Amino acid sequence: MTEPSIPEPQERRAHAHDLYEDESVEEARVVRPYALTRGRTRPGRSDLPLEALVRRVTGGDDSASTTERRRILELAGNGILSVAELSAHLSLPLGVVRVLVGDLADDGLLVVHSGSSTSAPPATNLKVLESVLNGISSL
Amino acid sequence: MAFPRSDVAAPPAGAEQVTPVTVKIVVAGGFSVGKTTFIGSISDIEPLSTEAAMTEHSLGVDDAGGVSDRKTSTTVAMDFGRIELPGDLWLYLFGTPGQDRFHFMWDDLVTGAIGAVVLVDTERLEACFDAVDYFEARQIPFVLAVNCFDGVAKHGLDDVRAALGVRPEVPVFYTDARNRQATKQALITVVTLAMTRMQG
Repeated sequence: MTEPSIPEPQERRAHAHDLYEDESVEEARVVRPYALTRGRTRPGRSDLPLEALVRRVTGGDDSASTTERRRILELAGNGILSVAELSAHLSLPLGVVRVLVGDLADDGLLVVHSGSSTSAPPATNLKVLESVLNGISSL
Repeated sequence: MAFPRSDVAAPPAGAEQVTPVTVKIVVAGGFSVGKTTFIGSISDIEPLSTEAAMTEHSLGVDDAGGVSDRKTSTTVAMDFGRIELPGDLWLYLFGTPGQDRFHFMWDDLVTGAIGAVVLVDTERLEACFDAVDYFEARQIPFVLAVNCFDGVAKHGLDDVRAALGVRPEVPVFYTDARNRQATKQALITVVTLAMTRMQG
């Protein structure tokens, strides 16, 4: 008589559960694009909005250069633009761009203008809204 | 750590350049209701599309009858445009991903947004229910812009309002997503609503 084997479904479920343990959740969600970000899915600056503007710092030396980092720096070197635009122009997923922009900013190669996390978003400022209203009206 | 953090950022290139202030308005509504057309009718740039890759983790029954643990990669596309306004103000218009199951991505879009324009197709009224629920629940200023395809209004605005059961202060009006003036008016309406809300 052989021991009945452990039912396969249960084993798999246990495995799936393990993947959702806190420590390994990042790994469980790794998808191909995140190879570019060395498996990270969250930028160091988690407050980086889609519309955050990015500007290149001149004279910076990208010692950790990769194709994607180089492309971001090239594009940002042509003028200020948003995280969303970088993502669209480079056909890179938003999450990947956020991580890489965060890295490049940490390395002093990009400046991110997103307002500080302590200041309220411009949309909560009545004066800004008035300017937006006047601006749209004048189009 | 391969990349040591540096808190001391070098001065930006051309520090004398003015950095625009960015604001955004979300454009929501069902699939193919005209969100990208709406954005394109007024955007300074051709509407761009950005993708968010995500992993769907699902437990299902595989062909062999066992429970399988599948992970599939999906991409969600968001279209957006940009309008440069006087006074170094950049207004971004972000279209929401059409499919309901990507609601979690909306949080990202609406954070810090002035408000939302919900495009309504009266032939498929139910397609905008999700958007209305979402903005109501989060108390985000929104307007209902009934897109008149081919310039024909098939239903009265009061009927649309009644069918959707929105509060009286929610503006409901006709628009034409292809028409720059109509889009402009829709944006003015949502900004005005946001300002009224703020002053109230």
